[in-house]
Amino acid sequence: MNNSLAVVLIASGVAYGTPLLFAALGELLAERSGVLNLGVEGMMLVGAVMGFWTVERVHVPGGLALALAMLVAALAGTVMASIHAFLVVTLRANQIVSGLALTIFAGAAGLSSYLGNDLNLADLPARHTFGPLLPKALQKLPIVGPVLFGQNILVYLSWVLVVVIGLYLSRTRPGLNVRAVGESPAAADTMGINVTAYRYAHTLAGGALAGVGGATITLALTPQWVSGITGGSGWIAVALVIFAFWRPALCLVGAYFFGALQAVAPELQARSISLGPTVLWTGALPYLMTVLVLVVAASGTARRRLGAPGALGTPYIREAR
Amino acid sequence: MSTVPGQAPAAATPPATMPAVAMKAITKRFPGVVANDRVDFEAAPGEIHALLGENGAGKTTLCQILSGLYRAEEGEISVLGRPVSFASPRDAIDAGVCMVHQHFHLVGRFTVAENLVLGDRRGAGRHFHIRPDAVDSQVRELGERYRLPVDPRAQVWQLSVGEQQRVEILKALYQDARVLVLDEPTAVLTPNEAENLFATLRDIAREGRTVIFISHKLNEVKAVSDRVTVLRAGRNVGTVRTDQATAQSLATMMVGRDFEAPTRAPGERTKGAAMLQISDLWAQSDRGLPALKGVSLQVQAGEIVAVAGVAGNGQRELAETIAGLRAATQGKVQVGGASLKDGDPRAAFAAGVRYIPEDRLGTGVSPNLSVATNLELRSFRDGSVGPFLRLRRMKQAAEQAISRFDIRGAAPGTRAGLLSGGNVQKVVIAREFAGAMKVLVAASPTRGLDVAAVAMVHSYLLEAAANGAAVVLLSEDLGEVMSLNDRIAVMYEGQLSEVQDRQSLEEIAMRMAGSHLPPPGPVAEMLL
Repeated sequence: MNNSLAVVLIASGVAYGTPLLFAALGELLAERSGVLNLGVEGMMLVGAVMGFWTVERVHVPGGLALALAMLVAALAGTVMASIHAFLVVTLRANQIVSGLALTIFAGAAGLSSYLGNDLNLADLPARHTFGPLLPKALQKLPIVGPVLFGQNILVYLSWVLVVVIGLYLSRTRPGLNVRAVGESPAAADTMGINVTAYRYAHTLAGGALAGVGGATITLALTPQWVSGITGGSGWIAVALVIFAFWRPALCLVGAYFFGALQAVAPELQARSISLGPTVLWTGALPYLMTVLVLVVAASGTARRRLGAPGALGTPYIREAR
Repeated sequence: MSTVPGQAPAAATPPATMPAVAMKAITKRFPGVVANDRVDFEAAPGEIHALLGENGAGKTTLCQILSGLYRAEEGEISVLGRPVSFASPRDAIDAGVCMVHQHFHLVGRFTVAENLVLGDRRGAGRHFHIRPDAVDSQVRELGERYRLPVDPRAQVWQLSVGEQQRVEILKALYQDARVLVLDEPTAVLTPNEAENLFATLRDIAREGRTVIFISHKLNEVKAVSDRVTVLRAGRNVGTVRTDQATAQSLATMMVGRDFEAPTRAPGERTKGAAMLQISDLWAQSDRGLPALKGVSLQVQAGEIVAVAGVAGNGQRELAETIAGLRAATQGKVQVGGASLKDGDPRAAFAAGVRYIPEDRLGTGVSPNLSVATNLELRSFRDGSVGPFLRLRRMKQAAEQAISRFDIRGAAPGTRAGLLSGGNVQKVVIAREFAGAMKVLVAASPTRGLDVAAVAMVHSYLLEAAANGAAVVLLSEDLGEVMSLNDRIAVMYEGQLSEVQDRQSLEEIAMRMAGSHLPPPGPVAEMLL
């Protein structure tokens, strides 16, 4: 039963969806503060390579190496995000241009590939990987076994994160403040909330989570590094935030849905179920969905109605005259 | 009289020994302008102090300095006797100064309660864990005490502009403001709402708080304030007690010279032929909702019909439909007997329709283009040689227009966006008055303009009528409506009330608020 296509698809949807979930939660934090970060893909790529490098080159016991790798990946994402934050918050540059530039800079033909190739990381199997955390007996339970108990620690961590971010935004003072900064920075500023600090903090946190998302791919999913390993996951994450109406819990649902879409093609192949050229479009499914979501969300009124933060994408200038 | 702490001195007391606000020699410069030039300003506790002046006189800047949004280059401020230096609005709030800006500083998607809790450092918002419901009862209590009823759970974007203003005032009272500054608060209100606001402000002042009230409307200032400080060109012209001033003396202080407002005496016009005929006109708003619901109107040549109403009741859609900028869904507009092509502004212009839009800087002119180009926007094709513009002719035409319409601070090459509001309006008028005008549609043509500029715009409207144009004046300003009309119609929720030759001010005000509707029937009464 646990080998039926449906159960495997759901279980691998969770696994494939976890990097998306991390990146989407990070993007959600940034966007809730009013900063659109299209550099997620680039930040994931840098996180992916730096996390993998840590595991390969730092010789410490497995668990510690993996924890360290996640830390390094988060740090790498943060560094990338700090460039974005400096450009768009301090210098008030166009957020779309800055984000795109970062992704191109870090992308498959840029920084991340250079780092990976220079450090000779390509085609190595990971020395340590994230495996299932819970005892085998639990994993053998029907359906819930593979879906809920067969996952690695990163999956459980992402669940905690969904709850924490959800409560943070809806129930805490800093959460209220960041929502105000994203909706109406002028109002927030008048009430003594430091718009710059909030935007920096949430953009950096978003970068860290994107980095973690990237390393989740190289250390738990594949687990190896090749150039351009994220394969557009960052863009899916950006679409996911819209898809989820800027709510963390819906991010989780959406991430697993997109994850399952990503898992369809390899799973069908593994079972030698040939659908002919259909394989082409099943592989393209998540991207088609992404394009669809982004097209729908491109219109300003649709975005407002879906619940986009009011000041998303607009720099804040106090003495605007 | 000794005052017990917490007990307010009576309203309208003469300036006490310690002023609530004292600003000394405040100077603030913006690139190219001195907004405030060594301004002294004092307001006493328990008074409503009006700050009167033309646009660009520096009223708003002075108050933004007082509320911490701007920093003065020179000068000292003290609040309640203590010298202060504000680096941000927060500092001002902490010192007891709250400002209600013209554009509200509210978070639209938050509830009223959440807006109050935001940035709260003393009450329910102090805790890390926030429950906005905790302030519900407080909001209701404050609302009852100051006659500012608002539902604390309502989301701000769903509220009317008047209600949003109440939330802003509640926010200030929740922060226990000692000094409340309001920047042209009545600009967005119906006459009745304005009356209620004045009553609230008097309540607030009676508690010993200070209300500073920015306005350029003389009748308002006369109605509500205890004292008036007049600013002109960034300087303090003087402070007078309101009961010792007349509207005329205040106007003279504001403008700096004696001046007379042009008005239209009843029966002044000559009867002409029907020039503009609108029959059963329907149109949609930008959101796709019906904005005009069967509007019919006939205006004769040489006649001024004033359409009164609170903004958002379809005036914009009516003006745009006549000007050809908006396609009608039903009905037609005729000029001199010929139907206009629907939704074609060029055809409307060719038929003699001239349009002064309400958004003069966004729709009226293109702010980044030069004055000469803006003057030519309607008629590029008339003077050009094939695709080429005749720049020298354009420049000469612009120079003529600048001198004829007295557009100040402009050369043909000046960017239109750099001009003051009144002069931008002159550019629009100069352009629209070119050619054979048959119909003039003026949408809130004097909104935000100062007394002298208003008089200038009014004189041009009268000139247009005198030259035989049918003039439709859409306005929220009852003074303007009363002084210029031959006939008045009131617009409410997309419908035009019957045009009558004589209506009292009260009746117009009531119709603007929609109270001409038939009384609720038995079913509606049961529901209520």
